Amino acid sequence: MSKSQQDFESVLSDSATDVASFSQKKTLLDKIQSLLHANPALVPLIVLMLSLLVFGLILGEKFFSPFSLTLILQQVAIVGFVGAAQTLIIITAGIDLSVGAIMVLSSVVMGQFTFRYGLPVEFAILCGLGVGAICGFINGFLVAVVKLPPFIVTLGMWQIVLASNFLYSANETIRSQDIAEKAAALHFFGEKVKIGGAVFTYGVIFMVVLVLVLNYILNHTAWGRHVYAIGDDSDAAELSGVQVKKTLISVYVIAGLICALAGWVLIGRIGSVSPTAGQFANIESITAVVIGGISLFGGRGSIMGMLFGALIVGVFSLGLRLIGTDPQWTYMLIGILIISAVAIDQWIRRVSA
Amino acid sequence: MNNNIEPILTGRGLVKRYGRVTALDHADFDLYPGEILAVIGDNGAGKSSMIKAVSGATIPDEGEVMLEGKPVHFTSPIDAREAGIETVYQNLALSPALSIADNMFMGREVRKKGFLGKYMRMLDRPKMEQIARDKLSELGLLTIQNINQTVETLSGGQRQGVAVARAAAFGSKVIILDEPTAALGVKESRKVLELISDVRSRGIPIVLISHNMPHVFEVADRIHIHRLGKRLCVINPKDYSMSDAVAFMTGAKEPT
Repeated sequence: MSKSQQDFESVLSDSATDVASFSQKKTLLDKIQSLLHANPALVPLIVLMLSLLVFGLILGEKFFSPFSLTLILQQVAIVGFVGAAQTLIIITAGIDLSVGAIMVLSSVVMGQFTFRYGLPVEFAILCGLGVGAICGFINGFLVAVVKLPPFIVTLGMWQIVLASNFLYSANETIRSQDIAEKAAALHFFGEKVKIGGAVFTYGVIFMVVLVLVLNYILNHTAWGRHVYAIGDDSDAAELSGVQVKKTLISVYVIAGLICALAGWVLIGRIGSVSPTAGQFANIESITAVVIGGISLFGGRGSIMGMLFGALIVGVFSLGLRLIGTDPQWTYMLIGILIISAVAIDQWIRRVSA
Repeated sequence: MNNNIEPILTGRGLVKRYGRVTALDHADFDLYPGEILAVIGDNGAGKSSMIKAVSGATIPDEGEVMLEGKPVHFTSPIDAREAGIETVYQNLALSPALSIADNMFMGREVRKKGFLGKYMRMLDRPKMEQIARDKLSELGLLTIQNINQTVETLSGGQRQGVAVARAAAFGSKVIILDEPTAALGVKESRKVLELISDVRSRGIPIVLISHNMPHVFEVADRIHIHRLGKRLCVINPKDYSMSDAVAFMTGAKEPT
C-alpha cells in the first residue's frame, strides 16, 4: 500500500483479503444459464432439433424426407431474408414495422420498371434495390438524426410505403407467364437445384449465405461490435468512441437493402409481382427474431438464432399441416413459443459470472 | 506550480448555457504536465459542464480550449480521444453485454493483418485480448480471470478498473476521471487511488473530479474549486484544510 494512505485505512492491511463470494457451488441449472448466456442461439437450436425429432417420430418418412425438409426451407426463405434485416435493427434496440412494405414496394418497382417503362430488367432490379435502400435511409435518418422512436418512425413508414406501393402499382399484378417470357431475371431466386429428393431454390441458398455472412460481420468486424454496443447502451457507445449516428443509419440502409432483396426473392417464390403479397412479413420476421432468442431490448442475441427461429415456425407449420390439424393450433403454439422465448431471455440476463 | 511551465490543457472564458441556465460563466481551467488536478465544487457548480467542454462531450458556446498551447475545437469525445485526452465517465461508458476486450477496444479495434483484415475487415481478437490482459495486469487488476467475460458479470470495482485501464492504456496526454470512487467500497477506492498514482508516475497528468475530500486531499497536487459556473480559486492542499475547501466551495468563506 502506498505511504500516502489515510490513517483510518491503516487497518486495511489486516483486513480480510477474500472478496465477497457467493456459494461457489454451481448447480447444474447455473451452468446451463451461463452456457446459454454465452451462446444465445443455443435455445432455439435445441427447440428446433426437438421439434424435428418429435414430428419425425410422429410422421416418419412423410416428414423426414429430403423433399419435406427442403420444402420447409423454401417456405421460410422470405421470412429468413426479412428476419435478417429485422435482426440488425432489433440488435440496435430498435424495431422495424416497415420491412414487409419495403419488400413489396421494391418488388413492384422491379416489375413495373421492366413492364411499364420497358427498362432492361437488370436495371429495374437495381432500381428496386435502390428504392429499398432509400426507404431504409429515411428510417435511419429519422431514428438517428431526428431522434424519433423507431417504433413510431417505422409504423409511419409502413403506411407511407404501403400506400405508395398501391398508388404506384394501381393495384395491378404482373402475371407470372409475362415475367417468364420477358424478364426471366426476376425469377432468378425461384430457380431450383435438385439433389436427390431435396429441392433448393437459389433464394434458399442465398438466404442461408446471407445469414452466415451477417453472422461473420456482426461477430468479427468492428462495425458488428458497434451495432451490438449501440443496442446495449447507445450513450455509452457514443462516449467510448462509436459513431452512433453513422452506424445506425448504415444499419437501416442495409436492412432496407436486404428487404429489397427479399422483394426480388418474393417474385421468384410466388411467380408474379403482386402489390398485395407479403402482408405478414413484418410480424413473421419479428416472430422469428423473438423465437430466435434475440432480445427486443437490444444488444443481445445471434442472427443464427433468427434463422433457427424461422425454421422452428416452418417446422411447426408443415408438421401440423401434415398431421392434419386445424392451422389455428400452429398459431397457438407459436404464440406460446414467443412468450416462452422472452421468458427464457429474461432468465438468461440474470446470469452471474 | 511553476509559472514557467506551459499548461498542457487550458480553458479560457468558457461559457455554456442550457436554455435559461448558465452552467458555465466564463470559466477558466489549467492543467499542468505531470500533475493531479482535483476539481471540486458543489452540485450544480458546473464541474461536469466544464469537463465536458474540455473533453469534447459538449461544445462550449464561447471560449477557447487549448491543448499544448494550440487551440483545439473538439466536436465529439472521439476528437478529444484522437488528440490524446481520455475520459472515464461517471457511468463508465461500458457496454454490459460485451466482453472486457471488446469494451477496451471499442471504437479503436485492431484488425488482422493481410487479406483477412484488409478485405474481410476481420478483427484481431487474440491481439486485442493480449493487450487487454497486459493492461489490466499492469494496473494490478488481474483478479479478472477471463478477458472474454462480459462486463455485466463483473463487480462495480472491477468495472471501474476496466474503465480506468482503458483510459490509462490509450490516454497519451491527459486522463480525466469523473467521480471514480463514488460507487466503490473502501478497499476498491484504495485500489483506484493507487491506480491514479501509478498513472501519474508515468508522467500523464490527471484531472480528478470528486466529492470525496479525503481522497482529493490525498492525491491531488492542486485543487481547482468551482463555484457558480466559474473557477473560484486554485489551492494547494498542503496550505489549506478540508474544511477551508468546503467553505470556499459553498461560499461560507472567501479565498484570500
